[in-house]
Amino acid sequence: MNRYLSIFLTFARACLVRDMTFRANFLLECVTSLGWMSMNLAFYVLIFTFTSEIGKNTGWSKEPFFAFVATGLIINSIVQALFMPSAEELTEMVRTGGLDAVLVQPLDAQFMLSMHRVDFSSFANGLVGVGLLGWAVSRMDYQPSPVAWLLYPLLILCGVAILYSLIIMLAAATILLGRNQSLYDFWFYLTNFSRYPAEIYSGPWGGPIRMLCTFVIPILLVVNVPARVIAMPLSGESWGLIAAALIAAAASLLISRLVFQAALAKYRSASS
Amino acid sequence: MSLVSAADQAPPPAAAPPFAGLRIWFTMLAICLEERLVYRGDFIIGTLMRFLPIVTQVFLWTAVFNATSKADIAGYSRNDIVAYYLLTMVTRAFSSMPGLSGGIARSVRDGSVKKYLVQPVDYVGYLMAARIAHKLVYYLVAILPFAGVFYVCRSYFPPVPDAVTVVAYVLSLTLSFLLGFFMEATLGMLGFWFLEVSSIIFAYMLVQYLLSGHMFPIDMLADIPTGIAGVSAAEVVRWLPFEYTAYFPAAVWLGKIQGATLARDLAIEAGWVVVMAVACRIAWWRGTRRYSAFGG
Repeated sequence: MNRYLSIFLTFARACLVRDMTFRANFLLECVTSLGWMSMNLAFYVLIFTFTSEIGKNTGWSKEPFFAFVATGLIINSIVQALFMPSAEELTEMVRTGGLDAVLVQPLDAQFMLSMHRVDFSSFANGLVGVGLLGWAVSRMDYQPSPVAWLLYPLLILCGVAILYSLIIMLAAATILLGRNQSLYDFWFYLTNFSRYPAEIYSGPWGGPIRMLCTFVIPILLVVNVPARVIAMPLSGESWGLIAAALIAAAASLLISRLVFQAALAKYRSASS
Repeated sequence: MSLVSAADQAPPPAAAPPFAGLRIWFTMLAICLEERLVYRGDFIIGTLMRFLPIVTQVFLWTAVFNATSKADIAGYSRNDIVAYYLLTMVTRAFSSMPGLSGGIARSVRDGSVKKYLVQPVDYVGYLMAARIAHKLVYYLVAILPFAGVFYVCRSYFPPVPDAVTVVAYVLSLTLSFLLGFFMEATLGMLGFWFLEVSSIIFAYMLVQYLLSGHMFPIDMLADIPTGIAGVSAAEVVRWLPFEYTAYFPAAVWLGKIQGATLARDLAIEAGWVVVMAVACRIAWWRGTRRYSAFGG
C-alpha cells in the first residue's frame, strides 16, 4: 500500500511540475472550469428569482440548494482531478496498443490506468465549492450537528468512489469494444442526473428514474446523501440513505473491479 | 523546402463555364454525404443521448413550478418550458457547428489549408458544402429520435401555429444555420492571426451557451438589472446575435414573437447573417494574405 502511495505521489509531483512549467496554460484551464461553473451558478441564482424552493416542501430552498451544488462541485472536482484525465487517455491507449506497456509493468493495471495523471487545475472548482459550502451553511436556518460534519467527508468519499467505479466500468467497456470515443459523453450524460436533488424525480416518469438511478446505477446517491446530511436534520430516512451510500460505494468498487479484470482478460493487443 | 506564399496562390477568379461552380459544389456535397454516412450508428446513439440533459431540465422546472403558486414564469407555463427546451434542440440542430472553428484553425496551423489555396475550390464554399452534407445526414438519421421524443411530449406543445408563423419559423431556422456557420467560420479564421484559438473558442462557447437561450428562455432576464437605468439584461442580449442560434426560432413557434416584431426580428437575423458572412470573407482574404506555409 505504501509503495502505491509513494508511486502515486511521484505521479502527482510530475504532473504538478508539468503544470507549473506551462503556467499560463494552467491558469487558463483553471479559468475555463471556473467559467463553466459560474455560468451554472448564475442559472441557479436566476431560478431562485422565480421560486423560493426547488420542489414543494422538499426543503431545498436557496441556501440548502447551494450547499447541494457546493457538494457536487467538491465531489466532481476530486474525480475530475484524480481519475478523469487518465481515463481519457485510456481510449487512445487501447486503440494504439499503448496499453501493453502498462500491462507488463509490475503494478496493478487498474491503479496505473486510472491514477497516473493528476489534473491540478480541476481542484479550482473544488476550492470554490468549499467556499460556497461555507457561505451556504452559515446562512442556513438549520446548523449541521458535529455528527453531520463527521459524516460529510466520509460520504463525499463514498460519492467519489461511486463515480470512480463508473469511470472504471466505462474504461472496461472501452477495452472490450476496442474503441469508445464517447466515453466522456456517456460520463457527462450519466452524471447529469446527479446534479439536482433526488426529490425532483417524482411522478409516473420521475419515480422509475429515481429508482433506477438509486439502486441500479447509484448516481443519485453521489451528491444527494452528503448534501442532505449537511443541509437537513438527520432523520430516520437520512440514516437509511447513509447506509445505502456506504453499501453502494463498496458494491460498485467491487463490481467495477471484477468487470475491469474480466475486460483485461479479454484484451487482445493492437500492436505487434 | 519550398515556400508557398498565399498571396501568390490566391484562388483564381471564376472564369469557368456557367454552372461549373455549382457542379463542383454538388460534387463536394456528395463526397461529404458519403463520408458522413459511414458513422450512422454513432449518430443515432449520440442523438438520443443528447436528449438526456433535457430530461433533468424538465424535472427541475416541474419542481420549480410545483413550489411556486405562479401559473407562469416570464410568460412561460410549465408546458411552454418543456416545449421550449425541445424546440431549442431543433434550433441547435441547425445552428450548432461542432468542430467547424477548431477544424479551420487546425488546418491553418498544420498547413492543410494550403491545398484549398492552390485548388480552384473556394474554401468557405467547401466548408459550407461539407456542413450542409453533415447536417443533411444528421437530419436523415436524427429525425427518428426527434420524432419519437416530440411524439411522446406532444401534450406539452400548443396547437400547431398558423401558416405565417410556420413559414417564419422555417425561415428563422434556415437563417440560424447560416448565422451559426458564419460566426463559427469567422472564429476559426482567427487562426490566421493566433495559432492557438482553443481559448477563444471556449470563451465563445461559454457566452453562446449562456446568451443564446440554450439554458433558459431569454425572456427570463427581463427583470434582471444591468446597472444601466431602464435597461434589463434581456435587452442587452437582444442586441447580440447569439439569441438567434437557439432562442428566437423556438420563441417564434411558441407564438411569443408575432406580427411586426416578428418581421423586424427576422430582418435583424438576416442582417446578422450578412454581417457575419462579410466578416468571414474579410477574415479569409486578410488571413490568406498574411498566411505562409513551409514544407512540402
